[in-house]
Amino acid sequence: MKNVELFNVSKSYEKQKEVISDISVSIEPGEFFVLVGPSGCGKSTILRMIAGLEDITKGSLRIDGNEVNLLPPSKRDISMVFQNYALYPHLNVEENIVFGLDVKKVKKFERKERCMEVAEMLGLTDYLKRKPRHLSGGQRQRVALARAIVNQAPICLMDEPLSNLDAKLRAHMRSEIRQIQRKLKITMIYVTHDQVEAMTMGDRIMILNEGKIQQVGKPIDVYNAPANPFVAQFIGSPPMNLATANINLSKQELSIGGRLKLSIPSNDLQSYQEDTVTLGIRPEYLKIVNSINTKSTNNYLDVKVEHVEVLGNETIVSFQLDTYRWQAKWNGQWNVDVGDIVPIAINYESICLFNSASGHLIKGPTQVENHIIHEVTV
Amino acid sequence: MKSQVELNGMLDNVVKKKKGIWQQSLNWRTALLYLLPSLILFSVFLFYPMGKTLYLSFFLTDRQGEANVFVGLENYLYLLESEAFLKSIKATILFVLYTVPTGIIISLFLALLANEKLKGIGFFRTIFASTMGISVAASSVVWLFLFHPSVGFLNKIIASLGGQGVDWLLDPKWALLSVSITTIWMNIGFTFLIILGGIQNIDEHLYESAKIDGAGYFYQLRRITIPMLSPTLFFVITVSLINAFQTFGQVDILTQGGPSESTNLIVYSIYREAFVNYQFGTASAQSIFLFLCILVVTILQFKFGEKKVHYQ
Repeated sequence: MKNVELFNVSKSYEKQKEVISDISVSIEPGEFFVLVGPSGCGKSTILRMIAGLEDITKGSLRIDGNEVNLLPPSKRDISMVFQNYALYPHLNVEENIVFGLDVKKVKKFERKERCMEVAEMLGLTDYLKRKPRHLSGGQRQRVALARAIVNQAPICLMDEPLSNLDAKLRAHMRSEIRQIQRKLKITMIYVTHDQVEAMTMGDRIMILNEGKIQQVGKPIDVYNAPANPFVAQFIGSPPMNLATANINLSKQELSIGGRLKLSIPSNDLQSYQEDTVTLGIRPEYLKIVNSINTKSTNNYLDVKVEHVEVLGNETIVSFQLDTYRWQAKWNGQWNVDVGDIVPIAINYESICLFNSASGHLIKGPTQVENHIIHEVTV
Repeated sequence: MKSQVELNGMLDNVVKKKKGIWQQSLNWRTALLYLLPSLILFSVFLFYPMGKTLYLSFFLTDRQGEANVFVGLENYLYLLESEAFLKSIKATILFVLYTVPTGIIISLFLALLANEKLKGIGFFRTIFASTMGISVAASSVVWLFLFHPSVGFLNKIIASLGGQGVDWLLDPKWALLSVSITTIWMNIGFTFLIILGGIQNIDEHLYESAKIDGAGYFYQLRRITIPMLSPTLFFVITVSLINAFQTFGQVDILTQGGPSESTNLIVYSIYREAFVNYQFGTASAQSIFLFLCILVVTILQFKFGEKKVHYQ
């Protein structure tokens, strides 16, 4: 177990604009750390800089406290899994797995032993003599994984390792990789563009956009209190609904397009200086109002359904709110037709507010459906 | 009751049965139409001459090349006993051994150099590949000047170093080597380009992965580049072998088969037999012999060489 620290790391190509700017983060030993962002945000470049495959233009990279900016990849105690697996097509599975050991002149007996051990762990024992082209996508993925862990490097880097697999296999490999990481206590740095992978696998995640850190934190914290509208829309599916809202301090009111008015508790008033903010709300917090009583208050909206997706255990309803397209997610199956008028309630407790200029989070949701298993069972 | 769909299906079958051979072979005839241009060209320039050569090899001919007397396999028997022909075969085999391995090794070396990502590497790539654009005649003439015993550049270098000049093209010991050097130089362009293309096709990630494992340059060369390049090398070796067997132009210009027939490669020997000595019969027999040699070598190569080739 080793830690990896980045101090003000930047990267620019041929003195052009920086593609990575000022990244500082400390990755703890044994942590599963996920870099996530849209394609072209620089997450792979950061990974390749940690691996030593790209130069670091500015800043310092430390592994276990020692600066390693100038060390070659092989001296950094890392292993890496590539997106296309980078298996040697002319070597069979066994030769692929022990390639690194062969380079390091590990004894033949030990090589064999370690190979068998890893093959067993990943269920590759029957395929050791096959060439990569005779393996399925999932098996190739496992070989790539085996090749990374057979080196027993304390740090493992993965560059979108699951993106070439089908959805079912991907879900399976997610938990498998996570389990292996826990078992071997490797420090894992994992790059993905898939927010589901980030949410489900990471101890902590770092969301990147255009080469800049947007937010670093535990997945659930990022989900509940996104630092800015970008993170809010990137993490979570369907994404967080956003709209411009106006604050009327004298009336203690928050209004969306003049149609929906939420009253602001007096405690919160002093934190609002601006007139307009960006309001965000997760699709699952958009509740349907089904009793007439609750309609007496102001905090509901009649919206016209534009699209419905029933996913079996949940229903996603899309509608237009002013110029924004919003989506609501309800548990269970709802018999809603396109064109229906549905009353939707918004609670002040479950909304996020962002500064409309800088994008910073002003207020996160205070009422989250956060269940703790001990409380339920006791 | 049968549904309408089933009825339609039966109707289709009936119609199909009624279609004659003419209708059924529609696809074949279409394919033939597309093949026709190449069939015509191949027939005129390849199949017919080949047949004619085989035919002539069984005859004695007059000066116009018309078949005169049927002699059966006598032309072949004569060849196998002819000292000149055996010498020509020996020269050809030596020539192949000189040019093919050396040419490929040099090209591979140049391709590895030109594959490095350096500034201005495009210039070197162009230079290395440039011999591909020079005709055999032109380059032979250039080399003729370089090899010139008194004013030639090569001998001038040797002289300036204090050595004794070499009669490159006039000494029977040197002549074949000189022709080989010229040929290697001329073939490098093509071979280099194909190998460079092969190298650039290798996935960069393989090298990155090896780098993380700590593999050095020569380890990567031995365990990644060469195996991954094997299909390209196989192709290049096959083509170079066939080319070397068929060498003609540079011999004609540089040495005319001399001195004392030391550079009388088989194709040149065929040419002389046919168009200088007007022995079209024995020339045809030599051609058939050459054809069989190339065929056997290529088959052997595919049989034994291809096993070591890794196709992706």
